[in-house]
Amino acid sequence: MDTSTDSAPPFLRIRNLTKRFGQFTALKDISLDVKTGDFVCFLGPSGCGKTTLLRAIAGLDPQDEGMIEIAGRDVSHLPPAARDFGIVFQSYALFPNLTVAANVGFGLVNQRAARAAITARVAELLALVGMPEQGTKYPVQLSGGQQQRVALARALATSPGLLLLDEPLSALDARVRLRLRDEIKMLQRRLGVTTIMVTHDQEEALAMADTIVVMNQGVIEQVGSPQEIYRKPATAFVADFVGTMTFLDAEIAGPAALRVGAIELACPDAARFLKGSAVRIGLRPEEIRVRNIDSATPNQVATHVTTLDFLGSFCRAHLTPEAAPGVAILADFSLNLMRDLAVAEGQPLTIALPPESLRVFAK
Amino acid sequence: MSVAAISTSAPAARLSREEWLMRLGVVLLVCWLMLVIALPLWALLSKSFQNADGRFIGLANYVRYFSTPTLYGSILNSVGVAIVTTGIVIPLAFTYAYALTRSRMPFRSLFYAGAMLPLFAPSLLSAISLIYLFGNQGLLKGLLFGGSIYGPVGIIVAQVFYCFPHALIIAVTALALADARLYEVADALGTRKSRIFRTVTLPGAKFGLINAGFVVFTLVVTDFGIAKVIGGQFNVLATDAYKQVVGQQNFEMGAVVGMVLLAPAVLAFVIDRMVQRRQVALLSARAVPLEPKENRARDIALLAFCLFIVGLLIVVLGTAIWASFITYWPYNLTLTLKNYAFGAFDQSGWSSYGNSVAMAAGAAILGTAIVFTGAYLVEKTKVFAGGRMIAHLLAMLPMAVPGLVLGLGYVFFVNASWNPLKILYGTLAVLVINCVAHFYTVAHITALTALKQIDPEFESVSASLKVPFWRTFRRVTVPICMPAILDIAVYLFVNALTTVSAVIFLYGADTKLASIAIVHMDEAGVTSGAAAMATVIVATALGVKLLHVLLDRVVFMRWQAWRRR
Repeated sequence: MDTSTDSAPPFLRIRNLTKRFGQFTALKDISLDVKTGDFVCFLGPSGCGKTTLLRAIAGLDPQDEGMIEIAGRDVSHLPPAARDFGIVFQSYALFPNLTVAANVGFGLVNQRAARAAITARVAELLALVGMPEQGTKYPVQLSGGQQQRVALARALATSPGLLLLDEPLSALDARVRLRLRDEIKMLQRRLGVTTIMVTHDQEEALAMADTIVVMNQGVIEQVGSPQEIYRKPATAFVADFVGTMTFLDAEIAGPAALRVGAIELACPDAARFLKGSAVRIGLRPEEIRVRNIDSATPNQVATHVTTLDFLGSFCRAHLTPEAAPGVAILADFSLNLMRDLAVAEGQPLTIALPPESLRVFAK
Repeated sequence: MSVAAISTSAPAARLSREEWLMRLGVVLLVCWLMLVIALPLWALLSKSFQNADGRFIGLANYVRYFSTPTLYGSILNSVGVAIVTTGIVIPLAFTYAYALTRSRMPFRSLFYAGAMLPLFAPSLLSAISLIYLFGNQGLLKGLLFGGSIYGPVGIIVAQVFYCFPHALIIAVTALALADARLYEVADALGTRKSRIFRTVTLPGAKFGLINAGFVVFTLVVTDFGIAKVIGGQFNVLATDAYKQVVGQQNFEMGAVVGMVLLAPAVLAFVIDRMVQRRQVALLSARAVPLEPKENRARDIALLAFCLFIVGLLIVVLGTAIWASFITYWPYNLTLTLKNYAFGAFDQSGWSSYGNSVAMAAGAAILGTAIVFTGAYLVEKTKVFAGGRMIAHLLAMLPMAVPGLVLGLGYVFFVNASWNPLKILYGTLAVLVINCVAHFYTVAHITALTALKQIDPEFESVSASLKVPFWRTFRRVTVPICMPAILDIAVYLFVNALTTVSAVIFLYGADTKLASIAIVHMDEAGVTSGAAAMATVIVATALGVKLLHVLLDRVVFMRWQAWRRR
């Protein structure tokens, strides 16, 4: 597995990691490299093994087989305290009987630093997470978002080389989540600390990560930048999990062509498959074109609108091709477009599927 | 990736100092529990298969037991008395609990506290009071129309008094959990009150009531003090064991009776576990707590009922206290303190009281430290999964073992010729250890419940901050659990102070306890001295409880400020 082309050695190196819980295999032979200073998201549905992988890296639930190397040091069998990381949990896990300052300084006291140095460092950290002057409060007096900031400050207090975030935003309400998302991202950029965040929220992963690791059933489905993951999903699972996609059964009809029922479509991605093989194709709802279609536009399909779902800033249309009544294609139309074309349920509509937007997956 | 050869073969697992310490802790915990719970029970079991010379004789002792009518007759007596008592206590406790949880009757918390009074007295106190009221020289003897209080009737009445708070605690817990929405739906569907009671209230409390039934049954079967004081010629298992061991020095037959005594307790425990397993959580996290509605007639009726019950409890408790100040019951009712000059009736005098307090304090301090640390090791560490499970099972075991049986086991275990712990026999140390072991389960469950409420990630966070677990334990876990720790200490203190059955075989010449002095004074016919000693115990236990309430306040104000928003 050679994912990086640059010569710098990875900060975190995982090789052939396997973890079982009784009969259930939570991680199957996972190998992964993380670059220094990278913000990595482990993304996947619940039970996919992303939290298990994070806890294995932390040493909290040690793996059964495989190797973990942090900053060139084999830590596979070291206890958590001998690894070098800070961690933030979904539950914040703040010590309720200690003040905010005591929570943040909890790890510092152990390093036998001078009292004044600790106080200064705690103040600095609280300022860093945007909570100066709040050190004397108890966690119960803080809002969820504030508690999560304190947890972040506590994790960063000992200047760890690796920051682990286990669904840090899931327990917060939507508005706070958006704000904290940006703050964490900016903080991470500023400190340059290598960060791994576990999330099941694809939007969060796309917005925050430098690199996304999509996981499913204990294996890594794809590693890539948010752009790559969204535009070129390696598997149907990734395509379905990240963003919305319409899937259609198809057959390869030529080197760059395929057939969906009676409809012939041009598709450069089809070149990867043998003629005649049965495949699935996927297309994003926002890629579907309805404007500026002329006779030269490829992949035109005559459809009619079955249903329309109003989703606020846009409308999601369910389109049924005239040539394939059993198929439904999802398309997102801006309100602008809806008005200009007077789109309504039952109305016929000719659409175009841009060839380069069609992704072909093995069946 | 050709710079360094990738090695997936791991270096030998290195254990940190912390992990060694945790492992050591779990090993020590299992050893301790084996020593104080499992081995004594094993000693009892093996003794019942031996003859007086210590040779294995198979089931011969059991055969002899079951062919002697005076012995096996006690089984029926014990079970019969337990069933009748359970049948009386459960409806009373349920009604009382219903008044406390589902009505708007005034002074509910006061009524709850009042019903707890019997917990602070040795079980035999109620029997002593009954003797003062209905005994040979009883004030109200005439009410019996020639009947005798000595025997099953006396045992049952005294047991009802003694078991009532135990049943009430469980019934209140069962009834306190109610989802108001169920009642609103039932109301909205136009359901009659009686049908709501049958289809919503009772099913919700069913498992609690079954559990209470088994608890009361076990308490009655295994209690020694009441049957000893008021049982007369009516033999039950608990007094049989005492007679065999103390009276006839027939240890082997005593062991058999102990095993027979263990059977109904274990059976009740197992059946209860099976029933409770079928319980599904009726109460979801989103349940709306039930606020009882205004209903004057109901509240007045329940108030009258509660007043009646609390009145009886106070009369029974009060009689013994009052009688302990009486010159010569019932002929000379002038007040005196001479009954408190224990030296006049019992060699050990006041020293038995000193022993009791020292023993109870020892059990509270040692027990709380061990139980809480043990529960922490079981719940919060990840080393030796098998060892922690064994520790937990051993900790749950004493619940099913009557004090008398465990005490007998201790006698055989500590006295065994091969046991180097023999030097402990008759010392305060063995009494303390026995009490901690006997009351281990409830304390263990209390500690576990408190620990389970703490975020499981605290240990992970500490590890990531390179803070050793013992520092988090001291700075975070213990302070958060302080109320539970105080509960455990007081529970151990009060129970160690009041127990008779757990310690009756174990005291030595210098370590006689107050509760045993009561038995001896009663045996010697000095009921007034027995009542006085019982009064001293009640006063001490209540004093400690009061101190607990005050201390709880202080702790809450000083060190639990973080709980307040």
